[in-house]
Amino acid sequence: MAALSELRPPAAEGQPPLAESEKPRGVIITGVSKEYPGAQSVQALQDISLSVAIGEFVTVLGPSGCGKSTLLNILAGFEATSGGHVVINRELVVRPSPSRAVVFQEAALFPWLTVWENITFGPKAQGKPAADHEALAKQLIEAVGLRGFEKHLPQQLSGGMKQRVGIARALIMRPNVLLMDEPFGALDAQTRLQMQGILLDVWEKFKTTVFFITHDIDEAILLSDTIYIMSARPGRIVKRMDVTLARPRSTELITDDEFNRLRREIFVAMKH
Amino acid sequence: MSDLEIKSAGFVLPVVSGKSGPFPLVKSVNGHAIGAAAIPILLILLWQLGSSLNLINAAMLPSPIDCAISWKRWIIGQAGGRSLDSYNGTWLPSALYSLERVVEGFAIACAIGIPVGILIGWFKSFSILDPTIQLLRPVPITAWLPFSIALFGIQNKSALFLIALGAFYPIVVSASQGARDTAPLLVRAAEMLGARSWTMLTRVVVPSALPTIFVGLRLGVGAAWTAVVIAEMVSVKTGLGYVLWDAYYLGRMDIVIADMVSIGLLGFSSDLIIVWLRARVIKWRH
Repeated sequence: MAALSELRPPAAEGQPPLAESEKPRGVIITGVSKEYPGAQSVQALQDISLSVAIGEFVTVLGPSGCGKSTLLNILAGFEATSGGHVVINRELVVRPSPSRAVVFQEAALFPWLTVWENITFGPKAQGKPAADHEALAKQLIEAVGLRGFEKHLPQQLSGGMKQRVGIARALIMRPNVLLMDEPFGALDAQTRLQMQGILLDVWEKFKTTVFFITHDIDEAILLSDTIYIMSARPGRIVKRMDVTLARPRSTELITDDEFNRLRREIFVAMKH
Repeated sequence: MSDLEIKSAGFVLPVVSGKSGPFPLVKSVNGHAIGAAAIPILLILLWQLGSSLNLINAAMLPSPIDCAISWKRWIIGQAGGRSLDSYNGTWLPSALYSLERVVEGFAIACAIGIPVGILIGWFKSFSILDPTIQLLRPVPITAWLPFSIALFGIQNKSALFLIALGAFYPIVVSASQGARDTAPLLVRAAEMLGARSWTMLTRVVVPSALPTIFVGLRLGVGAAWTAVVIAEMVSVKTGLGYVLWDAYYLGRMDIVIADMVSIGLLGFSSDLIIVWLRARVIKWRH
């Protein structure tokens, strides 16, 4: 992938440090650990290091409680690390920012705002004039299939529709990386598949860098370019896998032989 | 929410369900209309019976019919009535005086209580105000009367102060709780969308707190009417509260009863207005 070539190895010892323009973009997670102190301190994450290239779709796959949400919260700037750091687009992550927009598991839409107002909340909060973002908002509403629902309130939407608003709301910020925290986990199997299809279509259009977390193996294979398998207590990366399925993808792939082969590989890796 | 209503007012307010529209009391009471109305009607009948049989001292408690007749005269007036009767067609001016004070006092309470409450609930630095407010809250309005007169004299301002004070407490408590209850997930969503302090406060905390604030407004307007009687007792010479004491001193218990009913009805109507306003403003469910 052309995008991966943008990622260059860090300067070797004895070499002069890299100039600002030479430093790699994308997401670089270096030695991140997270400990929750207390009577019995909990090591949520241990020495996590990985990188995401521009335009890459990366998934962290792991069982519930393995720390993947904690990792995403650290990337989003909601939580601080106990050790290590995260650099996104050459900027050290210390706080939340629209350049690392989040799609939450529980849509987290503002219940008093309509679909349109929810989607345009970000640009409005930054004081941007309506003309700037109206076109993109319309384009995103079209892309997630919510045309005609602009004036609806969240209480009138199904779970899947709310998540579509959540995705549009994040993408309108043109983030460097889209962080997705098990966004389809609360949906039924049918809706989940439909949403995965929508996400694939949207990704094809916008080619955003995505950092996705889930416990669903099929979902990880279908959506990603790269999968990092994580195990629990303490949370650490145990395996990295490239998904070589050709793009653009569709949801029909889930019955392919190649898909099954990847599934078996992951199954084995996750058992340990 | 019903917890908040009960704890901050010490009495139970009819809980308004959002599902049956802005006037659920009218709709939901349909089925129970007969049962609900039966009790007061029964009590009034017993009362009338007691009066008719001279079991009740008419000077202490006139019959319901006498009260109703006096009330009618008080509202409509009667040509050729006794010229010394100050309750001849003077109901409307009295009601308007009290209504004006309630509206002004309530407005002052909102203007101070809502912002202060939100700030207390949202910013740690402002939460130091809370203990002071909570220490003053249990002090009844009656106890503030000497202080109010000392400060404002026997004037309208004194009455306004007491009415505003009464309405202030439920409003500030509900506004601060509403702000405190802002969903952390919504705060995170707003943060990642780039909302900074002021935007967070005005576009997330305040809208999110509105349902709770409206509970406080309902209780506040009720407290304002409760305060009217005390407020007008000494401070002024007009209004339904003043009439209550004046009529009592003159031995006009029929007017006292009519006055109590008037205050009750006006308070009830004020509550309905707040409920109607809530339905216009809050179109969402959390």
